[in-house]
Amino acid sequence: MGKRLRAKLAPYALILPGGLWLVLFFVVPMVTMFNLSLSQGDVVGGFEVTWRWDTYANVFENYHTQIVRSVWYGAATTVAQIIIAFPIAYWIATRGGRHKTTYLYLVLLPFFVSFVLRTFAWKFMMADEGFIFGYLKDWHLLPQDFRVLNTSFAVISGLTYNFLPFMILPIYVALERIDPRVLEAARDLYANPAQVFGKVVFPLALPGVFAGVLMTFVPAASDYVNSELLGGTATTMIGNVIQRQYLDQTNYPTGSALSFAMMAVLLIGVFLYARILGTEDVLKAAAR
Amino acid sequence: MKNRNIDTAFLRGMTQRRVSRRDFLRISGLSAATIAFAAACGVKGQSNEGGPLTVEQFWSGKTGKGHINFANWPLYMADGQPELAQFTEETGITVTYREVINEMPEWFAGTFQDLVAGKSIGYDLMVITNGSQFQKYVAGNTLAPLDHSRLPNFAANAADSYKNSSYDAGNVHSIPWASGFTGLAYDPEKTGREITKLDDLRDPAFRGRIGLMGDLQELGNFGLWAVGKNPATSTPDDWREAAAWLQELKDAGQILAFFDQDFIEAIEGGQTWISQAWSGDIFQAQLADSPLQFAIPEEGGTVWTDNMAIPVTAENPVDAIKLMDFFYEPEVAATLAEYINYITPVPGARDKVLAHAEAAETDEDRAYLEELADSVYVFPGASDYATVSYYRAFSSPEEEQEYNEIFEPIVSG
Repeated sequence: MGKRLRAKLAPYALILPGGLWLVLFFVVPMVTMFNLSLSQGDVVGGFEVTWRWDTYANVFENYHTQIVRSVWYGAATTVAQIIIAFPIAYWIATRGGRHKTTYLYLVLLPFFVSFVLRTFAWKFMMADEGFIFGYLKDWHLLPQDFRVLNTSFAVISGLTYNFLPFMILPIYVALERIDPRVLEAARDLYANPAQVFGKVVFPLALPGVFAGVLMTFVPAASDYVNSELLGGTATTMIGNVIQRQYLDQTNYPTGSALSFAMMAVLLIGVFLYARILGTEDVLKAAAR
Repeated sequence: MKNRNIDTAFLRGMTQRRVSRRDFLRISGLSAATIAFAAACGVKGQSNEGGPLTVEQFWSGKTGKGHINFANWPLYMADGQPELAQFTEETGITVTYREVINEMPEWFAGTFQDLVAGKSIGYDLMVITNGSQFQKYVAGNTLAPLDHSRLPNFAANAADSYKNSSYDAGNVHSIPWASGFTGLAYDPEKTGREITKLDDLRDPAFRGRIGLMGDLQELGNFGLWAVGKNPATSTPDDWREAAAWLQELKDAGQILAFFDQDFIEAIEGGQTWISQAWSGDIFQAQLADSPLQFAIPEEGGTVWTDNMAIPVTAENPVDAIKLMDFFYEPEVAATLAEYINYITPVPGARDKVLAHAEAAETDEDRAYLEELADSVYVFPGASDYATVSYYRAFSSPEEEQEYNEIFEPIVSG
């Protein structure tokens, strides 16, 4: 009897540490935030839950531009990353030879420097009269009013750079797993290199791309550091709005409502993405 | 195709309801628990229940302990804190000096709730800017009422304009550390002309070359002056008019970005040509031979003050207030101003700076000190105050929220 009970409880015991962790650091903050989003008040008098759903309506009315912009920056970042990361991952997987680990280490190397510091370095590099564009302008290789910093391009570039390893690694893992004999078979069946890539390599790498998109799209869309440091007046992302509402104005209800609104948009986006690309196949392939 | 090829688990999944009744009950039970839990997780009221303390209530029974913990902003005292060393020598009171305050919202968020809960924040003295956080500190009864009988130097030496400020009339909770103007800085080599008024910001020649502050109080003040309203007496209708002026400026593409302390890098690096700027930063840049110029716009500008205040939970307020008063000795105020380059609240310090110039060992030092004594950014005359105002003071949180909601879309939009 005791033994059977123990066997029954064992799985719960195993999940206890992770479960507690999730409850403490995910569920509790989420519930608190959800509460705050429906509250009214101020930091001195305190906030009281009044079930004021209007906050959500106001949030969508006032900040839909930033929500759309965040999604668009996230999507642009993701596409740029696939284009950049795929060849790198492919090269490491197929031509890396015995130095593969070194190359992967190099991909991760920038992560040993703080995220904010790396973005700051971009700010110095891309400044109008910084050490790149300043000289190019002096030599009349660029028009005087040429500008990168404070534009959408700068923000998307910064995002792309900062999250790139999260795209390279899963694609690399997927490519690495491809059985070379499959490629041989394709060639034996008279597929030219483009066909081998299009019909064999890319579909087999899709699980990696899928995982990469999930790992970069969500953080990129909710980032605020890149927009804050590299952006201008028309590049505000939802993260910046939330940060200002929380820290500058101590308007916790609006900040929380914005967070939930953004979360909903991202969840719906990811869900549709998974549906359209047929995740189940992809996830199964990834799990194999 | 034969039936046995179908995975039985798949078949079951396709033909049975996904959520059984039992599951459903379990989930709804959980939801009920969640809602109950949600109600418990609210953010409690945070004002100090007891109401404001009187001077007698706060100070009676307090004695000096011989040690002060002092929280200040970076670059507000010279390296090695010579003034504090002098204080320790004169009084025997030691001071731990920490440059821990970088911006008001962050400092406020980190200290306010502890103060309200009656907990020590580890400091006996802090320097805070006038503005909405200052008002919240006061509203929450988190600042000690000052005993002016312990502030003889302040009474004798402080400029009159700092004795009756709009944010802390009668210096009930604070006395100034240093003040500054917010005006327009510009690079004449790039603009090709003098910039004297806010209307100059609309010149199409400066398209995408203007930097403004992201702080809503700074930003709002300029918008209000631009539409001819004095921020101090402005109404919500004025705010909307000012916001419309700023929005138009932004929509015309004139503004490059909204800045904080980093405005100075942007204008020194040529990213912006004209920027909303703090006087002391520009004065320091000029000392380093930067071509930047500073002007208080004809329409009007802003003056702000960083203030010394004692947190209500301070462990050693008696010695802290002694140190506050010490900074109002003209000699001490002079050496501080020589380092800080912002407006000193002690006009008598100017004579001391001139005396230091006389006694200076090198021509370079002498030139610097003379320039400082003549600078309107450090020792402004009465006329320099004519067209500046403090930030809008709010009488209620609702009023502040209305103000924020009007101006926030300009920065966040």
